Amino acid sequence: MGLSSRHLLGLEGVPAKDITLILDTAENLKSILDRPIPKVPTLRGITVVNLFFENSTRTRISFELAEKRLSADTINFSAAGSSVKKGETLKDTVRNIEAMKIDMIVVRHSAAGVPYFLTQCTDAVIINAGDGRHEHPTQALLDMMTLREKWGTLKGKKVAIIGDIRHSRVAGSNIRGLKTMGAEVMVCGPRTLIPPGIKEFGVEVTYRLDEAIEWADALNVLRIQLERQEKGLFPSIREYHNEYGITRERIARAKKELIIMHPGPINRGVELDADVADSEASIILDQVTNGVAVRMAVLVLLSGFDNSQESLR
Amino acid sequence: MSDNLLRADLILLHGGEVFDPNGGEPMRADMVIRNGKIDQIGSVDPQSFNGKVYEISGCWITPGLFDMHVHLREPGREDEETIESGCSAAAAGGFTGIACMPNTSPPCDSQEVVRFIKKKAQDQPTEVYPIAALTKGRQGKEITEMADLVRAGAVAFSDDGSPVADTSVMRNAMDYAFMFDVPIIDHCEDPFLAQGGHMNEGLISTRLGLPGIPNAAEAVQIARDILLCRLTGAKVHIAHLSTQEGVELVRRAKEAGLPVTAEVTPHHLFFTDADLATFDTNLKMNPPLRTSEDVAALEQGLREGVIDAFASDHAPHSLEEKDVEFDAAPFGIIGLETMLGVVFKQIVGRGVLTAAQALQKMIISPRKILGLPIPKLSEGQPAELTIFHPTALWTFDKTLSRSRSRNTPYHGMEFPAKVWGIINKGMVWTA
Ligand SMILES: [Zn+2]
Repeated sequence: MGLSSRHLLGLEGVPAKDITLILDTAENLKSILDRPIPKVPTLRGITVVNLFFENSTRTRISFELAEKRLSADTINFSAAGSSVKKGETLKDTVRNIEAMKIDMIVVRHSAAGVPYFLTQCTDAVIINAGDGRHEHPTQALLDMMTLREKWGTLKGKKVAIIGDIRHSRVAGSNIRGLKTMGAEVMVCGPRTLIPPGIKEFGVEVTYRLDEAIEWADALNVLRIQLERQEKGLFPSIREYHNEYGITRERIARAKKELIIMHPGPINRGVELDADVADSEASIILDQVTNGVAVRMAVLVLLSGFDNSQESLR
Repeated sequence: MSDNLLRADLILLHGGEVFDPNGGEPMRADMVIRNGKIDQIGSVDPQSFNGKVYEISGCWITPGLFDMHVHLREPGREDEETIESGCSAAAAGGFTGIACMPNTSPPCDSQEVVRFIKKKAQDQPTEVYPIAALTKGRQGKEITEMADLVRAGAVAFSDDGSPVADTSVMRNAMDYAFMFDVPIIDHCEDPFLAQGGHMNEGLISTRLGLPGIPNAAEAVQIARDILLCRLTGAKVHIAHLSTQEGVELVRRAKEAGLPVTAEVTPHHLFFTDADLATFDTNLKMNPPLRTSEDVAALEQGLREGVIDAFASDHAPHSLEEKDVEFDAAPFGIIGLETMLGVVFKQIVGRGVLTAAQALQKMIISPRKILGLPIPKLSEGQPAELTIFHPTALWTFDKTLSRSRSRNTPYHGMEFPAKVWGIINKGMVWTA
């Protein structure tokens, strides 16, 4: 029993059984990371290209580690900005890489829809590592894995996503995945950073952080791109922190155990205070560890391997 | 002359139905054309006719169709379209006349370019009417030498493709254009609201993660330019209307008696933003495809006569430019060859308009708006005709398009209203 789709382009339309399979597989694989020699031969002979058109050290390292732990051959292709500007089209780039005989492409690009576009340019398996403001499915999967470890289930749990929902692919994938798994979702941020039509995803919307804190079991705090201020989407970092910054006092007012997550890297003192990020409520470092396990699971499942323990020795 | 083209020295169109969209129902009649003029309408025996006989059973003969919004890429981007290839696509779509937008390189802001276009098109069966730029270099700063341009043959002014952001420049353009009684064709888009957008703003843009262009970007500028129309009295034609708010503003302007007209493209009636789910760049256009509520409002606007004309906004782009990620693709699709079919399928076929009403918006209204003579179906008149079969089905194959570009979302789709050919300027062009 494998996944329903050949590629991982996003979590839109991905059924609960697929998400469960990925999370279960990731939990199995996580133990490999603690072995003295944290490496299995599962993907020996498989070539994976990490195609990063946008800088993202964290996600790239996480994927690279996952590939290495599974003994895949990896190639890194980084191109800051769009290759189109240099005269070569994205399609040319991918066709050239494919001609070198590769099996899987992990792609990060600033334009929404690029992973989908690549499925039409190549036969390789495509894994979306973030496309524009669209989706970032492995991030959402690792977020869900971390919450499931904590809670045992996602069903009926309440997750509030705080910050720039409009430009966030992390929010995009989290909302889809969490809703599919039966969790409730609320988004919270200034109205300028809430996208139109978001309620039709079946999420609650609030512009007041205290309301979100009171409602939620977990807060997933998004990174604020500071250049949004220049575009007039909020008036100042100071005001943003006053209204939407997660501080110890604010959390204390909730009078309950609240989980704090962040996809990183954190602007300390802006969206998240340092003492909150480093507190017991924070599961930020678990997210990082689980990121490798989730990406291993996705690679294994999409490479055509089934989820038997046998194949993971 | 190409294979499709013959002189109309003496021909008989036999077995068809003559259909004047202003004059009621189609009527069974044969037509003799001599030296490019309608010689006889009635019953003619093909056996005893000593010219060329065309058997056109089941076809309608209508006055020639007109598309008032076409982008020919010559001069500047002849790889995408030339005046010649654009005219071939127009003939294949059944158009005997088109008006072309000035966003070429160099732009059509001087009488040299106006004359160049007219000269290049003179041997084509489709007549080409240049629309000159509203502002020099289409920069939105200084108005063009309109008197000169009108004298050279420009039929309207527009910076289409670019909105005129500066309200005082638009006011001056309208005041000045008023003197020549030619319309300003208005690309209504608030550039600040639309900035960075790639599709309609709404639920679907949020789902796809693509930056959106809100309806208000169109409506704000329509409202502004209707107010300027009231101030100046100039004729204002709203290009490619796409929003329910826009329809409402035009409705109110017309009710107030202002000289405001509007057009809609077939694709804004056929597709919605929901069709973008696969990031198909052939559905990337400006204004963007809107929602089904907007489509319903556009249909209502057509029924009420708020929207005067259909226009294709034929916008050729090379394969290399469109076969890229969505963000990087240019806006626009080709549309000359599919307009009649899409209108007959989507608008006539679904009962939004009768065939006569739909044809009025492709024959009479666009010419009225541009102040051009309307071809008549009577003996002694120049034969400017479109001949098509209203119910025969055909499948659009983009690989066979006469356009130099292939950027169309209609490939492989089946439509009614199969074009048989056009007759114009003493020529017969058959598909
Ligand atoms: Zn336009």
